[in-house]
Amino acid sequence: MSESVFIAQAGLAECPRKRRLPARLDLLQSGSGLILALFMWGHMFFVASILLGETAMWSITRMFEGYFFLGGSQPRLVSGVVAGVLLVFVLHALLALRKFPISFRQLQTMRAHVKAMRHEDSTLWIWQVYTGFALFFLASAHLYQMLVWPQNIGPYASADRMWSDGLWPFYLLMLLAVELHGGIGLYRLTMKWGWPNASRELLKKLKWALTAFFLILGLATLGAYMKIGFEHRAHYGERYQPEHLPTWLEHLAPQGDFAPPSERAPTPIHPLERQP
Amino acid sequence: MSAEQHNAPRKVTLNILRYNPQDENDIPRLQACDIEEADGMTLFIALNEIREHQDPTLQFDFVCRAGICGSCAMMVNGSPRLACRTLVKELPQVSTLTPLPFFELIGDLSVNTGKWMRGMSERLETWLHGVEENVDLRKIEARMTPEEADAVYEMDRCVECGCCVAACGTAQMRPDFVGAVGMGKIARFRLDPRDTRNDDDYFEVIGDDTGVFGCMSLLACHDVCPKSLPLKTQIAFLRRKMALIG
Repeated sequence: MSESVFIAQAGLAECPRKRRLPARLDLLQSGSGLILALFMWGHMFFVASILLGETAMWSITRMFEGYFFLGGSQPRLVSGVVAGVLLVFVLHALLALRKFPISFRQLQTMRAHVKAMRHEDSTLWIWQVYTGFALFFLASAHLYQMLVWPQNIGPYASADRMWSDGLWPFYLLMLLAVELHGGIGLYRLTMKWGWPNASRELLKKLKWALTAFFLILGLATLGAYMKIGFEHRAHYGERYQPEHLPTWLEHLAPQGDFAPPSERAPTPIHPLERQP
Repeated sequence: MSAEQHNAPRKVTLNILRYNPQDENDIPRLQACDIEEADGMTLFIALNEIREHQDPTLQFDFVCRAGICGSCAMMVNGSPRLACRTLVKELPQVSTLTPLPFFELIGDLSVNTGKWMRGMSERLETWLHGVEENVDLRKIEARMTPEEADAVYEMDRCVECGCCVAACGTAQMRPDFVGAVGMGKIARFRLDPRDTRNDDDYFEVIGDDTGVFGCMSLLACHDVCPKSLPLKTQIAFLRRKMALIG
């Protein structure tokens, strides 16, 4: 075993100079939170594409699968992005744990403090703890699902997940947790680092406006998927396939996929379905 | 409404926390005290009236009565304030007074902030470093620009009342946290051109989770500071400087 381990065990790791690590951990916590919050904004816009129609959502999904660039869908690309997000998420959770109340006494003290003080920013912090705790489980489950079954993202596949698989309450809870946690977190980042140097009142208003906007967008999106899922319940498992795309997009699609039916390559028949 | 009724003083109820930590049989409780509000009455005056006419055993601290000594800080309806700077007319009809949390309780509303402040001061070495031991009084003092003097003075207005620490959620959970008062002191000496310490030296005292990186930016310190010190800006500034060291 190395010498440093024994020195650390003796409680002398910070002698004669203090460790630089806490500074880096603080930066990493802020940085990973910022990445996740910005990712969530982008993510929300992508999933909200369902509000523009099934074809819009299908096209965006396919774009991320490389369909328009690689000559075919590669859902593994989505898994790759999910793996990256999962890594940042785990790092952020690990670092944020340092700030959690870690004993009943601490939780009790903090709750009494927040309740008696009625100070908005302190109250927001305790909500960040609650929502962050919920996200340990909700976001982990969601990320795992997307990592392992990236092909199940699409207008019908996602809608079936909401309705026929009965996951809409899960997504509703996650939406509330993410939007509250991310909104408060971004506001706190600006307070923590003093950038941008705008007035606190303005930043607070902006924070609430953004939270309200993303919550409304998220609820509308969730509703849209539930509606499609309800209407599609009899055809559970069937995937969406648009007849046509906007012309410019059809040009990007692998050759022949959106050609007139007479020019289309015959759909390959699965070996098991072949007649003897 | 007659003129007499119109001018009738408002009756205010103060629910005051009573507890003597020296008496092991004592149980913390809220004692209701009714007073008649007078013109310009501060909470400090109201408490003196209660002690004089209702209950001579009530313990609370004061020295200057003018918001300079920082002794009379207490929780007023859950938030820390200086009793001498709180007008009774600003309070609702029923208010609750409790001692500052975090600090050692002497009894009722009286806490020992000085003991903690001294410990913090020794830990962070909040005094001028690098001053010559034998000062030559015949020599002209080193100059400080008016801007530097103003900046130092701005942070030097801290009266160590303890309101920022009592309002701090981080400090409530983690008793080894230095609080805004500690970081404010460091910010003050950092601004002082006479202090020979550099950011590396300041990192040694506040560069961890008991110092600037432990601050969760709940900003209650900034919101309750009776001297309106720019704590939010100063702590964010220190955080950026200390993060650069890391």
